Amino acid sequence: MKITKEEVEYVAHLARLEFSGTETEKFTSQLNDILLYMEKLNRVNTDGVEPLTHAATLSNAFREDRVLPSLPHDLSLANAPDRKANNFRVPKVIE
Amino acid sequence: MKLHELTVHELQQKLRRGETTAAEVVESVIGRIDEVEDKTRSYITVLRDSAREEALRADEEIRQGRARPLTGIPVAVKDIICTKGVRTTCGSRILHDFIPPYDATVVERLRGAGALFIGKTNMDEFAMGSSTETSYFGVTRNPWDLERIPGGSSGGSATAVAADECIASLGSDTGGSIRQPAALCGVVGMKPTYGRVSRYGLVAFASSLDQIGPFTKDVEDCAIMMNVIAGYDPRESTSVAVAVPDYTDYLTRGIEGWTVGIPKEYFIGGIDPEVESAVRQAVAVVEGLGARCIDISLPHTDYCLAVYYVVAPSEASSNLARYDGVKYGYRSQESRELMEMYKKTRSEGFGAEVKRRIMLGTYALSSGYYDAYYKKASQVRSLIKRDFDEAFKACDAIVTPTSPTPAFKVGERTDDPLQMYLSDIFTISANLAGVPGISVPCGYTENGLPIGVQFLTSHFEEGKLLQVAHAYEKSSGVEKRRPNL
Repeated sequence: MKITKEEVEYVAHLARLEFSGTETEKFTSQLNDILLYMEKLNRVNTDGVEPLTHAATLSNAFREDRVLPSLPHDLSLANAPDRKANNFRVPKVIE
Repeated sequence: MKLHELTVHELQQKLRRGETTAAEVVESVIGRIDEVEDKTRSYITVLRDSAREEALRADEEIRQGRARPLTGIPVAVKDIICTKGVRTTCGSRILHDFIPPYDATVVERLRGAGALFIGKTNMDEFAMGSSTETSYFGVTRNPWDLERIPGGSSGGSATAVAADECIASLGSDTGGSIRQPAALCGVVGMKPTYGRVSRYGLVAFASSLDQIGPFTKDVEDCAIMMNVIAGYDPRESTSVAVAVPDYTDYLTRGIEGWTVGIPKEYFIGGIDPEVESAVRQAVAVVEGLGARCIDISLPHTDYCLAVYYVVAPSEASSNLARYDGVKYGYRSQESRELMEMYKKTRSEGFGAEVKRRIMLGTYALSSGYYDAYYKKASQVRSLIKRDFDEAFKACDAIVTPTSPTPAFKVGERTDDPLQMYLSDIFTISANLAGVPGISVPCGYTENGLPIGVQFLTSHFEEGKLLQVAHAYEKSSGVEKRRPNL
């Protein structure tokens, strides 16, 4: 087994997801299959190979630090599921 | 020919000569949508009223002699590309009511060129899929056989063009999501070089791989669309300031004296024999045009899929962390404290495939596994890009099949994620290496399903890509058919 049910539950918490018992079992088995497939990467010798994290060979993309118009409050809040005045409203964070 | 069946370049001429009006073109396309949409389900949102209004303005422009390149042309846009004031869902419950307050750069550019927006197309949820079956808004069907999938993730953009429910469309391609559905639906689809087209306003899936590109009825239209959407955007830090040529200039140049590479790793067991034979025939056509075809090797091809399914989910798990039920989108109503609200919102808002990839990515990036998965995959990605850099020293373009099989049946691969992932085996490498690729129709199976051939060129060589694709298209001898709907 590459990944256990307990690990799946832990990763779900990190990802802010929750699953039912049967879902957890299904995900555990599917993730196992996928991770086993990925084992094949270990057959490649990558000693001294720099990781490539971006296809474009860009270094820093600088621009002038000019102030441009930004989204007005009303538009920024227009899609909010819950709001109060100019704020996003959420359930209680601390007791 | 009915107006909705015409290409961009044919309509441009007719509109300028006064042989038709934008209003007539839009009515023709809307009529076609009304006729076939319940079969194909190409769209999440159809913009009948606004398209009609835009058409009136387009006709006014044409009367005044101020026509722009796409004036009066109805285009569709994948529902992952932000459109100001028009719902943009990403095929997900979590964004089912999201109305962007701004336009993506590509939408601004299309608007600036005079295009009319006819609708937002269906897609796999957050572009994660190869069959357009994972959308919260239902399954899109292949117009050539309604029992079959159209490919994905930009399935609706492909079917809308194939079924003449628009004249051209935009999709996004992270691992083949433009080229694979283009092949399966018998249309032209291009993924430009990473950095060629601005991603500003494209909802992020895997930011180092995502790229926007066109679906069109022929290669000439693809060049016209690329002329409009390509170019540097100061709002997008990975867009590249390389000059954009007039891509239509390349169309008639031919490929005499070119060297074209045939990578042996792309003609392996598992390819459908009808696909292989159609692509081999395409290679013979290319040779007949005066190109020298040589065998080449892209030795790390076999690892592309494994690299992709580490890199793309890792980036996705980070990008999709923003969907928390606070700023926009769906929020689960029953929660009394914040953590519970996050978990319920995300678990109810995302579908199974999206959750699977978030889980995979979160695992691959988690403490203790980062080196084994993300770092290792990124190192192998380096080697994959190096393969292409080497190959393009010896050849002008590469030819491969676009997809190993023609369109498969709805439901056939939904229970087996790995089998589904294999649909993209020939398209993923271009995203990992960042090179441009195009799929062009190259024939039909005995059952009448379209087959596509893929051409690849080096970074920022879209001109040459269109050159070889157009030369092939003109000489392919592939009969122009329309799906019977």
